[in-house]
Amino acid sequence: MKDTESGALHNLKNNETKTYEELGLKAGVEIHQQLLTDRKLFCRCPAGIYTEDHDGEVLRHMRPTLSELGEYDGTALMEFKTKKQVLYLLHRDSVCTYEMDDTPPFLVNQQALDIAIEIALLLGCTIIDEMHVARKQYLDGSIPTGFQRTAIVGVGGSLPYNGRTIGIRQVNLEEDACREVNDCGHTITFRTDRLGMPLGEVITEAEMHTPEDVAGVIEQLGRLMRVTGKIRRGIGSVRQDVNVSITGGTRVEIKGVPQIPWVAPLVHNEAWRQKALLELREELRRRGISSGTLRYEIHKLSEVFRQSRYPPLRKAVENGETIRGIKICGIRGLLNFPVQPGITFADEIAGRVRVIACLDTPPILINTDDFPKYDGQERELTAIRETFHLGIPDAVLICHGSDRDTNTAVDEIRLRIADAIEGVPNETRQAFSNGTTDFERILPGPDRMYPDTDHPPVKITEYRVRRILRRVPEKPWVRGDSYLRMGVSEHIVKEVAESPRATFFDRAVRDLDLGSKLIAELLVGKMKALRRSGIPVEAITDEKLFDFFSEMARGGVYREGSESILTTMAWNPDLSVKEILEKLDMTPWSEEAFRDLVADVLSRHPDEGGKNPCSHDKFVRIVMGEVMREVRGRFSGRGAADLVREIMEEE
Amino acid sequence: MNTSDTLKGYKGSAKAKLKEMGVRVWSDVVVRTAKGEFKGVILPRSETEDDRHVVLKLHSGYNVGVRVDTIQSIEELGYKEAHYKIPERDFPQDAAKPNVTLLGTGGTIASRLDYRTGAVIPAFTPGELYGAVPELADICNLKTIKLYGVFSENMGPEQYVATARAIEKEIEAGVDGIVIGHGTDTMHHTSAILSFMVQNSPVPIVLVGSQRSSDRPSSDAALNLINAVRSAAYGDIAEVVVCMFGPTSDEYDLLHRGTRVRKMHSSYRSTFRTIGDIPLAMVYPDRFTYLTSDYNMRRKDRLVQVDTAFEEKVAIVYYYPNMQPDIIESLIDHQYKGIVIAGTGLGHVNKPLYKPLKKAIDSGISVVMTVQTLWGYVQMYVYDTGRDLLDIGVIPLENMLPETAYMKLCWVLGHTTEHEKVREMMLTPINHETTEREPHNGYLILQGGIPEVDTFVSSLRK
Repeated sequence: MKDTESGALHNLKNNETKTYEELGLKAGVEIHQQLLTDRKLFCRCPAGIYTEDHDGEVLRHMRPTLSELGEYDGTALMEFKTKKQVLYLLHRDSVCTYEMDDTPPFLVNQQALDIAIEIALLLGCTIIDEMHVARKQYLDGSIPTGFQRTAIVGVGGSLPYNGRTIGIRQVNLEEDACREVNDCGHTITFRTDRLGMPLGEVITEAEMHTPEDVAGVIEQLGRLMRVTGKIRRGIGSVRQDVNVSITGGTRVEIKGVPQIPWVAPLVHNEAWRQKALLELREELRRRGISSGTLRYEIHKLSEVFRQSRYPPLRKAVENGETIRGIKICGIRGLLNFPVQPGITFADEIAGRVRVIACLDTPPILINTDDFPKYDGQERELTAIRETFHLGIPDAVLICHGSDRDTNTAVDEIRLRIADAIEGVPNETRQAFSNGTTDFERILPGPDRMYPDTDHPPVKITEYRVRRILRRVPEKPWVRGDSYLRMGVSEHIVKEVAESPRATFFDRAVRDLDLGSKLIAELLVGKMKALRRSGIPVEAITDEKLFDFFSEMARGGVYREGSESILTTMAWNPDLSVKEILEKLDMTPWSEEAFRDLVADVLSRHPDEGGKNPCSHDKFVRIVMGEVMREVRGRFSGRGAADLVREIMEEE
Repeated sequence: MNTSDTLKGYKGSAKAKLKEMGVRVWSDVVVRTAKGEFKGVILPRSETEDDRHVVLKLHSGYNVGVRVDTIQSIEELGYKEAHYKIPERDFPQDAAKPNVTLLGTGGTIASRLDYRTGAVIPAFTPGELYGAVPELADICNLKTIKLYGVFSENMGPEQYVATARAIEKEIEAGVDGIVIGHGTDTMHHTSAILSFMVQNSPVPIVLVGSQRSSDRPSSDAALNLINAVRSAAYGDIAEVVVCMFGPTSDEYDLLHRGTRVRKMHSSYRSTFRTIGDIPLAMVYPDRFTYLTSDYNMRRKDRLVQVDTAFEEKVAIVYYYPNMQPDIIESLIDHQYKGIVIAGTGLGHVNKPLYKPLKKAIDSGISVVMTVQTLWGYVQMYVYDTGRDLLDIGVIPLENMLPETAYMKLCWVLGHTTEHEKVREMMLTPINHETTEREPHNGYLILQGGIPEVDTFVSSLRK
């Protein structure tokens, strides 16, 4: 990869929106969010157990099935060309025979379906009357069956964003796939723990027109789903696919973007990649190259590199590998054409060869446009020119690997050049943190969807929808406005409204005489501080929290004690609030007991009281500190300060 | 076309609504409902589902059911009927390759999926099979004969006889091997009866199926078929065998002897196991590993003996504590000719059954004893119960599997009902349905959870 400059890579500091508009940028997102359930979607395995070791292995291959027209789906064929062995790592704690594809699915997890319906209702979707489970083919091995079980739950919703409305095409309930461990040569290895966990998928219409909007909409959707309190949080719990196209380009899917900050640069670069590929197409046409006139020639070059001073290829020959080259007529210079920051068209071709031909020892490809510099390169270049009778406008791409893989590779190079004549190929691309992407697979068509004959249709009754509708939380932005009116401090309104405890907050405000301000501060301020110091406050159920708050409202415990009480609750999820209060001895003190303590503390400082009026305040603080250390929240703080002063005055 | 075709699977109110709206299955429509609008193609509905929903395939490929009573209107935009067709490619012929005949009984060992309905269309002709599993052409010249199309559980005497006859005909015509595509549920019943009906075969007769249907990318069907066809074309074992996955991984198939094999798991790929003995061979896509030399070798002659005698009035009685005599009485009343008991332990039933069993035997019914433990021998001398049963005239069948005993008794009673003759034929093995010795590795059910077993198993690909 080289540092490159081209018309395709403007630095878009100014007037960005207009530029995207000129490009005709259109983007939509698909958000995959893990749902917080006890078990997986189609079996009884626990959800959310991740392991880094395994106690079993299964080896499989994926074979394409014929499509409706008796042809193989593009993706399917590509995956089959790779002839991959797929190795699954199993751990008894997280998988059963369902994940191994050795047991048919059990009936769908009703808890997961309820959550998916709740999310669909939050987005204003129409809930489907009868859910039909479909199989969506994936031949990359990421799911041992070769397909993902998925079903539509709701359609036709909307999301308010920045003063306009983004259409929500559908909300699906589906199973999560395996985690890839490594992909080396002809073997790809997956860990199966995540496989089968329920995912809610939200698909928007392609109605975003700037990279920032794409990121903003993803953020907004995340905010909305979080208020249900029924989604998983943390690394890997949410992944988004971003679909991007520009005028004249093609829908390209950027798959599995793990973090929102990655989104805008990825969308930006993809828009310009498509523009670059369209410019490349123009250049190819200008040179008179069409799919009908594309001329190429293939030769083995192992002999040429046998004595080479270029280590990777000499080593390849020594290892008995084949070195193969393909001449493409008329494309000289175009292999260096920049398509992404630091990435040329040749790199783009290499990405496809890497995946499809399973060639992954660098350099995957070398070419005559940018031949490696080494001692004696001229000798080999001359030999290549002679072998191919290379004309001035031509270029040669060279790969190394097994005989079969290099055959696949040169064929794939030819196909990629043919695609370039058409423009932007339909692809799924993988995302990198630097904002660039690489080929992952050819984008599958709707042909890969078919009904799951193993699972009966599931009726979603009106009663069920009504029941869920009753518990659907207010949207965070609506909620925020009403909290402000309630008197919740402005700086934490948003956080309370988007918190998974928002519904709890409403209930506490309604049912307890504590005041919304205090509840908000405890829920957001206090709990967040505790979480940051590593205390698992998520383990505290809403019910227990409510018990604790009720106790506080009754005066049975002071807010000053909340830190130690919440900490103990978090670490002891099995104990009731009553047991915890007893354990910590948090019974509030009487004023008498408090007076006795103050007297006791003062008696420890017989000489200091009142001698020096300037230091009186300091003395009060010292006494207060000692008193409060012993009280530990068992006497209300503000009352305590006044009382200490009062007692000291009395003394 | 009548409405049962145009409204496939719909009934009651759903059917009435579709009729009222003037649309049919495969209509590309816009459905307007009280809740919103749906665009898609109307799919056939499964007959077992209710009459209150219409199924649509949306343009995204997903299917949804729309409640009939919410439908306000349906507008037909077009019509997109699905066509069931498997691509055919000419199966290449090569005089240097062996000739294999594939007999179809109805299992979908190779098939294609109809993406609109999800229906599985079996691929069966050589051309279709070549389209689905092109590797077959590297192995042999393939001929296919579709005998019938039934689910495995509907296989019966009529099919057994026809299959045996078809095998005879193919062998006489000079074929190098036979493959039988079969559903897996009763594959071991068929393999047992064919072992008795087709004796002294000069070529392999290989039953094959799949545990994951071949419309799935992860199916075991293609590898099973490739390995079965290789076993038929090049394998040395001229017996009725079952060829199915050894482990659940895509690694090798096992060849199991037809009389000693049993389906042991409702869904695993590696469901077939040889019971009380070891399998005959492992089959990899590029080699055979024979595990024993105790088998009938392939021959050049065509001296096969086919004997399709079959008595249908035979029952298996799976004994359970508290079984009442009326169960046996009922079989006597219905003129059964044979009863296979799957007894407890070494071959026992409770005392109240002695009387009806004696009555059965006295009235000419052959009663034979097998064990429901599957592994191990009937040994009725150990306890008094056993001796009493022997006195009545119950025939102990050594280590014959209950399903094999059932098939053999049907076959034997097709020849004779004479008690001593039945006893002699039942106890004279035709092909290892009883064996004199049980090797110690013939019973290996490793107990998971035990540390050393788990350690060993984790070192294998399952």
